[in-house]
Amino acid sequence: MPELTENIVFSKERLEKVEEIIARYPEGKQKSALLPILHLAQEQFSWLSSQTMDYVAGLLSIQPVEVYEVATFYTMFHLQPVGKHVIEYCRTGPCCVMGGEEVYAHLREKLNIETGQTTEDGLITLKEVECLAACGWGPCFQIREKYFMHLDNQKVDEIIEDLRKTN
Amino acid sequence: MANNIKILTKDIGTDGLESISVYKKLGGYLGVEKALKKMSPDEVVEEVKKAGVRGRGGAGFPMGMKWGFLAKPEGVPRYLVCNADESEPGTFKDHYLMMKNPHLLIEGMIISSFALGANKSFIYVRGELMYVIHILEKAIEEAKQAGYLGKNILGTGFDLELIVQPGGGAYICGEETALLESLEGKRGNPRNKPPFPAVKGLYQCPTVVNNVESIANTPWIIQNGGEAYSGIGIGRSTGTKLISASGHVKNPGVYELELGLPVEEFIYSDEYLGGIRDGHHLKAVVAGGSSVPILPAELILKTAEGEPRLMTYESLSEGGFVSGTMLGSGGFIAMDETTCIVRNTWNFTRFYRHESCGQCSPCREGTGWMEKVLYRIEHGNGNERDIDLLVDVAKRIEGNTICPLGDAAAWPVGSAIRHFRDEFEWHIKHPAQATAKGSIYSKSLMDVVA
Repeated sequence: MPELTENIVFSKERLEKVEEIIARYPEGKQKSALLPILHLAQEQFSWLSSQTMDYVAGLLSIQPVEVYEVATFYTMFHLQPVGKHVIEYCRTGPCCVMGGEEVYAHLREKLNIETGQTTEDGLITLKEVECLAACGWGPCFQIREKYFMHLDNQKVDEIIEDLRKTN
Repeated sequence: MANNIKILTKDIGTDGLESISVYKKLGGYLGVEKALKKMSPDEVVEEVKKAGVRGRGGAGFPMGMKWGFLAKPEGVPRYLVCNADESEPGTFKDHYLMMKNPHLLIEGMIISSFALGANKSFIYVRGELMYVIHILEKAIEEAKQAGYLGKNILGTGFDLELIVQPGGGAYICGEETALLESLEGKRGNPRNKPPFPAVKGLYQCPTVVNNVESIANTPWIIQNGGEAYSGIGIGRSTGTKLISASGHVKNPGVYELELGLPVEEFIYSDEYLGGIRDGHHLKAVVAGGSSVPILPAELILKTAEGEPRLMTYESLSEGGFVSGTMLGSGGFIAMDETTCIVRNTWNFTRFYRHESCGQCSPCREGTGWMEKVLYRIEHGNGNERDIDLLVDVAKRIEGNTICPLGDAAAWPVGSAIRHFRDEFEWHIKHPAQATAKGSIYSKSLMDVVA
């Protein structure tokens, strides 16, 4: 996928949201707004390019490196272009005990990609994550804000078909 | 043991509970009314101390005592931060509670903030639970409209702003000082202690960090009194505890139980987990989240002395790390005989390797080293020295790091070898059959351990 080159600017609504977020924190502590604003940036631009991170740094009057070091620390931020949907599947113990490894193998096979890759049509990126705090309802994965639980091969097939249909 | 006491979950299942109108119909916000209108902050603290409620995030430190440590220098703001960064494998109780009953946490935050003299408080929620963040934000807006948040709450002169802060995906941010760093917009690197957050916490101001479940207990404590709360449970394990159960049980999920329930009853009674799935039997349990020592079935049901094991802080830790474990966060993972302990230990170690913040060499290097050794044992490439090597590395991590993540990584390894050494030996002696289920990993992981 090509690197984003268009001008990185938040929409009017998001800029208003940024103002509102910054105002939550005490005077001079606007850096606290960094994580919420990175989430907003990822929502709009789908991933965090260096241009996007520089833009966020400007909004908060902090150095770009302060954004880079944070964005690279937390696993939720995509530092490479991703597909329209990112499937983040839980690879941790409780989900694996319930057959997660087999289900995720099926998922990779179904999409014909490995973790970290994106389908040729740009629709789905696969990402391995650690415990999603849904252990009693595992195996599970997440697509944006939505949790998909009690997964088996059939459910995985249905979810993938739905994503393809609604593309 | 009869278990009819429900403090946190009694209303869960009621239609529309996430709305303030339904919550109030069921007696919601009466705790705030009582605390703010009829009690002083010190009296609220006193009730929490009397209740004897211990931190429900995992450490089990008495909540009232923690509140009592809060420094109160003149003219310096104080903060309350709710730790909703629930990420310990096996633990999903806070997720459930916030999703089902957001106003209970908000009410608890108002009472606790009043007690501590905090006018700006935060709920730090792991970023993956963005949908829960939206539920909480909506509930906060309702609470504001109803006059429970904002300026001059209920005409008492107490002001409170409540902010929900999303995390970015990092288990380490569940450690209180890492959480504060994250809340300040930095990497989640734990701080050296002292100074403790009670003296220098958020923005270098006095701060209390409490778990969701801990804070959610305060409305009931204020309504019914600390003594009533301490009358529930056994000894120093007062009150109820949310246990999130997963693994090979018939009824996984979140349960509220009075502390003191026999473990055997919890596992096998139809009221709770309903036993192990048909045709199988219990092999091992991780009782308090992935970091606590794993125990074989016989030691989770009974202590080494043959006493029935109870769901209490004391009973579960009976026998220390030789034959006991910890209640921890209440993440109860039950495993039947189909579970490969080596594979499970490798999985947990991979988790800690991935989640280590990297500040301390013993943890950064040790977790990676243990993972590589466990990987090769599990994949038929282990050698006779590996088991002792693992024990040695785990010992060198434990107690030698800024935060407890190092201990959390070491304990599962040490306990798995202590109780299931034969499985490790079998893997080394039978390399061809070591991975009976067939190994399924992504290329990314293969690259890491190559």
